[in-house]
Amino acid sequence: MSAATIPNVLVTTDWVAQHAADTEVRLVEVDVDTTAYDQGHVPGAAGWNWTTELCDTLIRDIVPIEKLEALLRKSGIDNNTAIVLYGDNNNWFAAWAFWQLKIYGHQDVRIMDGGRRKWIAEGKELNTDEPSFPLKTYRASAPDLSIRAFLPEVQQAVAQKTAALVDVRSPQEFSGEILAPPGLPETCQRGGHIPGAKSIPWAKACNDDGTFKSASDLQALYGAAGITPDRPVIAYCRIGERSSHTWFVLKYLLGFPSVKNYDGSWTEWGNLVGAAVEKP
Amino acid sequence: MRPEEQSLQQLELAGWPVIVESYRLGDVYHCTISSADPGARITRADGSTRHAAEQKAIEKATRYLGQTRRFSTM
Repeated sequence: MSAATIPNVLVTTDWVAQHAADTEVRLVEVDVDTTAYDQGHVPGAAGWNWTTELCDTLIRDIVPIEKLEALLRKSGIDNNTAIVLYGDNNNWFAAWAFWQLKIYGHQDVRIMDGGRRKWIAEGKELNTDEPSFPLKTYRASAPDLSIRAFLPEVQQAVAQKTAALVDVRSPQEFSGEILAPPGLPETCQRGGHIPGAKSIPWAKACNDDGTFKSASDLQALYGAAGITPDRPVIAYCRIGERSSHTWFVLKYLLGFPSVKNYDGSWTEWGNLVGAAVEKP
Repeated sequence: MRPEEQSLQQLELAGWPVIVESYRLGDVYHCTISSADPGARITRADGSTRHAAEQKAIEKATRYLGQTRRFSTM
C-alpha cells in the first residue's frame, strides 16, 4: 500500500526520509521495546514511552488530557503539526498512539508504513542523539469516545449482537491454550475468548516487510470472517494495543464507519468474575 | 550511521517459532527476538559480535518461552 492510495494516514519510508526535517512534521517513535529508541532512531524523531507517557500511571486508563498536552508541547507539536508515528512490531504501539491522538482530536496523524523494521531493512540513517524541540502550544479536544469501547458496551454486544467482535490475538490465545503471547507474563485468570468473537490475528493485516496489505486483500481478510462495514465492530486483544492496530486498519484503511477499540480487552474480560468465556 | 549486516531468520525455541532479527549499528550488534506468530517481541540483546548478541538474546528468549504454560482448550 502506498501513500498515494491512502494519502493522509500512511507515508512511506522514502517520504519520511525526504520530509523528516520539515518544520510542520514531527516524527515520533513508539515501540513495544521501550529501549529500542535509544539503540538508534530516525534522525529528528521524538521517542515516546508507552508505559509511562501514553497512559495514566495511577489508574488503568489512557493518557489523561493534560498529560498528553504536555507531552505534545515538549515534543514540539502544536495543533497543526503532522505527526508521523512509527515503531517496532509492525507499528503496534504506533497504532496505539494514533488511536489516543484521535481520541483527543489531533487532525493530522500518520503512520510510517512498515515501521522500524522496514527502515532498518532498507539501511536508512539512524542516530542515537536525543533531539530537542521548541516548546509549542497545544490544546487537545475533549475525548471522542466514539472510537473507544468500554465493558458495558461489549457486554451488550455479546448479549444483543449489536456489534461484531474481532479478537486479534493469536489463535492459541483465542482458543485458551495460552494466556498471553509466548514468553510474556500471564495477565488473566481464564483463557479463551469473548463469546461470539471472530479470530482475525492482527498480523494478518501486514505483509512480510511490515507494510500493510492492499485494501483489496484486507477486505478479503475481514470479509471472509463476516466483518463488513455495514455493522459496528469492536476489536480487542490483551491490553488494547494490538487491537488498536486492527482498529486503524478497519477505520482508516478500509473506511469502516463504526469501529471501536476495547482497550480493557482480555486483561479485563478474562479476569471478570462470572464473565462468559468461549473455548476453543 | 546506517544499519548494516541486517539478518532475519526463523528458529524454534522451547517449541515456539520465533524470528531472530539482528543488525550492526556502528560497533554494536543489536538482536531482537519475537514470536513468529503472533509477533510479540520476546527479548533483545546487544553485543560486540553478531554471535554474541544473538546468543544472549536466544538464551533469554528460551528461558522466557520455556515458562509459557499450555492449557486444555476443552
